[in-house]
Amino acid sequence: MRLWPGRSRATEEFDPTQPLVATGNLRRRHLVSRFTQGLAIAAAMAAVAVLVIVIIAVVSHGVKAISWEFITATEPNGIGPFLVGTGIVVAIGTLIALPIGVLISLFLSEYAGNRLARPVQTLMDVMNGLPSIIIALFAVSLVANKQSGFGASIALAIIEVPLIARGTQEVLRLVPGAQREAADALGVARWRSILTIILPAATGGIVTATLLSVARAAGETAPVLFLTGLAHGDEFHFNPFEPLPTVPVKIFQLSEEANPEGFTQAWGLSLILIVIILVLGLGSRALLNRSKRKLTQ
Amino acid sequence: MSATPPAGSASLKLARSNLQSPARKRADRFGDLSLRLICAAAAVLAAVVLILIAKEVFEGAHLAFSKFGFSFITHQEWAPPLEKFGGRGLIFGTLITSAMALLIGAPVAISIGIFLALLAPTAVRNVISPLVEMLAAIPSVILGFWGLIILGPVLVSTIEPFLHNTFGFIPIFGSPQTTGASIFNAGLLLTIMVIPIIASVTRDLFSAVPRDLQDGAAALGSTRWEVIRGVVLPTTLSGITAACLLGLGRALGEAIAVSQVVGGATESHLSLFKTGGTMASIIALQFPSPVNALHLSSLYYLAAILLVIGVASNLLASWIGRRWGEAGGIAR
Amino acid sequence: MSIDDYTFDAAQSTNGKPKAPGRVRIRTEPLPGVIGAPAATESAAEAHFHLAPEPVFEAKDVGIFYGAKQALIDVTMNIRRGQVTALIGPSGCGKTTFLRSLNRMNDSVPSFRLEGQVLYHGHDMYGSNVDTVEVRRRIGMVFQKPNPFPKSIYDNIAWAPRNLGMRQGMSERVEKALRGAALWNEVKDRLKDSALGLSGGQQQRLCIARAIAIEPDVLLLDEPASALDPIATGAIEDLIHSLKGRFTIVIVTHNMQQAARVADRTAFFSLETRGEKPIGSLIEFDDTEKIFGSPRDPRTRDYVQGRFG
Repeated sequence: MRLWPGRSRATEEFDPTQPLVATGNLRRRHLVSRFTQGLAIAAAMAAVAVLVIVIIAVVSHGVKAISWEFITATEPNGIGPFLVGTGIVVAIGTLIALPIGVLISLFLSEYAGNRLARPVQTLMDVMNGLPSIIIALFAVSLVANKQSGFGASIALAIIEVPLIARGTQEVLRLVPGAQREAADALGVARWRSILTIILPAATGGIVTATLLSVARAAGETAPVLFLTGLAHGDEFHFNPFEPLPTVPVKIFQLSEEANPEGFTQAWGLSLILIVIILVLGLGSRALLNRSKRKLTQ
Repeated sequence: MSATPPAGSASLKLARSNLQSPARKRADRFGDLSLRLICAAAAVLAAVVLILIAKEVFEGAHLAFSKFGFSFITHQEWAPPLEKFGGRGLIFGTLITSAMALLIGAPVAISIGIFLALLAPTAVRNVISPLVEMLAAIPSVILGFWGLIILGPVLVSTIEPFLHNTFGFIPIFGSPQTTGASIFNAGLLLTIMVIPIIASVTRDLFSAVPRDLQDGAAALGSTRWEVIRGVVLPTTLSGITAACLLGLGRALGEAIAVSQVVGGATESHLSLFKTGGTMASIIALQFPSPVNALHLSSLYYLAAILLVIGVASNLLASWIGRRWGEAGGIAR
Repeated sequence: MSIDDYTFDAAQSTNGKPKAPGRVRIRTEPLPGVIGAPAATESAAEAHFHLAPEPVFEAKDVGIFYGAKQALIDVTMNIRRGQVTALIGPSGCGKTTFLRSLNRMNDSVPSFRLEGQVLYHGHDMYGSNVDTVEVRRRIGMVFQKPNPFPKSIYDNIAWAPRNLGMRQGMSERVEKALRGAALWNEVKDRLKDSALGLSGGQQQRLCIARAIAIEPDVLLLDEPASALDPIATGAIEDLIHSLKGRFTIVIVTHNMQQAARVADRTAFFSLETRGEKPIGSLIEFDDTEKIFGSPRDPRTRDYVQGRFG
């Protein structure tokens, strides 16, 4: 393709004794290369810009709402019950999901042969990709339409299991085969070596995966909307078998109303939620690096 | 922990185990069996849950399916009180928003993957990579709220009029609404959600392309872009497809953010700037309070369609990823 | 096999236009005076006097560093036009490092630093406005492990010429390159097949064909036969013989017999202990017969007589 007629001579013969600057069509090719690299850089900048824009919006609008009273009081002045509700719902969901996720990844890494490993892995992939709205639908029928925090926890657990399983798998893979062989050589039973050697070595990665899935669960709206969306935030609720008010639902409801004061509250809630997620994310990343370093030494 | 020599230790193991008491050996066998069973049970539990979900969704849809059959997909009218339900508008909305998310998001995300894997110096990559992943960590309800309050007005006052005035002859760029709610807004939000997924997968893909292949291309006097275009991209094509399918799955299933900005309509228009609805968003808006049994069942019908497409694209992505490996296409 | 099996009549131009006078032709016969050229002296005047071909590379006091660690020290040598120059020596003494610095391939290592000078046809290769893509266009490289692209055989060879804008006469160019690499007869019926289906030796010859398809000035070969079986190795050596004279060739090899068979001049690298750490260094550089027959340095003698390495 000739962009500039007459400029891009085919470099069939060239004089190698000429200075080492671009000959033939190389100048044009350099331009193309620089242009496409520029596009790639621009794309990355754009993504970061969007992140910054959203974060700045949340922070600048939300910080106005934040106060000690905001965090601890009940409606209409504060959103304390929502924080508590989210905490309880996510905690129960994680408590359910953690053992199941770890057991599944143990199954994948220690017990499943090649024939079984593939379908179970696919199972985890599918579960990971299930839209949370469908999981929420399912949970509603599971609890026979009864609104409760516990129902939401079940839905969150279904969302968290594949996340925890995947993170645990990554770190189980890193446990050196030599450790397993050493345990075998000493005549230690499989179950003992798994529980006392392998799992403890993987603890860092498991904690990381759990923190990340907690961050994800805290922000999930559809499950809590369907299963505990009728809760009110005018007083603190602690019983998981009743509807619990939660942060994402409140943000969602406030966004649907056309009330500017409600918007400020929503920004404040968003800010708190983002801060929690950020802290969980950073903490887990630091933990992950530390545990990976320990395992691969 | 230092490894004791494993080789040749079978006899050692035999000797050691002979030192154990019969009671301990019994306990060990019991423990081994129990742990294996428990782990298998967990996997079975997950499978059972998945099957139950599918069963639940299809059973819920049965009423609507028996009433409408496949014409549900071709009819547009959605009037709960009149017991008339047609999913065409919502399917169309889903397709348009997801298509927009992929058409804009995939090239941008692949470029980001190229940047992070091949162009950025290590220090820059270590900063930008987590930032891009952080984009995925923003809860969709917050993104939807931002889209409604901040993005919407901006779109209506600047971008939509600009697109309408310059390209208005193309039907998708119709006249803007007054509110910020539109299919376009939803599509942009989905783009933002899809980009970090595709970017991080392609980043890992590109990093895995063997160095010696790229060196070979560079040694032939090629520019950076020519190496990428000639070697990196062709060898990762199947992986890129799988990544896009994963992004598609995300876009299809996103209910909350879309419901916040799309306007809650059930009709489909060609113009991107009108309100509309997607399957997932309508479920989010109407499921909590269905008007009648047929309404509920129609929502399940939509969920069934969503489930089928979502699982299919996920399975396809997994299959492609497995068939061609990480840097797909390299046969060694 | 003789050299004529693999040569094409270069007097025919490939695009139908008459060749411009005064342009450099790609040679297919060896330069006069190449074989048996006395090479004891390095100065330009004496070389001219003795009809040694002009130097393509002049390395002057080259030292190579990776960060603070020095990998190579005090390399001074000339590599001459149309000759095959072999770099031999035990592992880890900088031969490959030096070779890769001849086409700026070390640039991809972030901590790489070169001191001294490397001149290419008199131009400083590490000067500030040197275009490294242009460098690699003129100075091609074949790597130790064959690295064919996952494309068809035809596309492997045609890829770089297409980039360079050579679009006409591509199938002739591909055939010429494959003949030059002694691979044409084996693959002429399956040019569209994937290159990954070839054997190791064939893949390596494909990589050589790929490199010569753009008709570079110099060919750098980094242990091209070390990953191959003995039969394939023999084919590669015959190939190098046939390419001699058409290109200036620098080859790194562990195989002393290979160097003795193929090279006009041989450079022996080894580790020298300067201070505390051993650093790679050029010990001796001379005609191949001298290096193997009557080396001057005792370390060279030890190596070529098999005492170590």
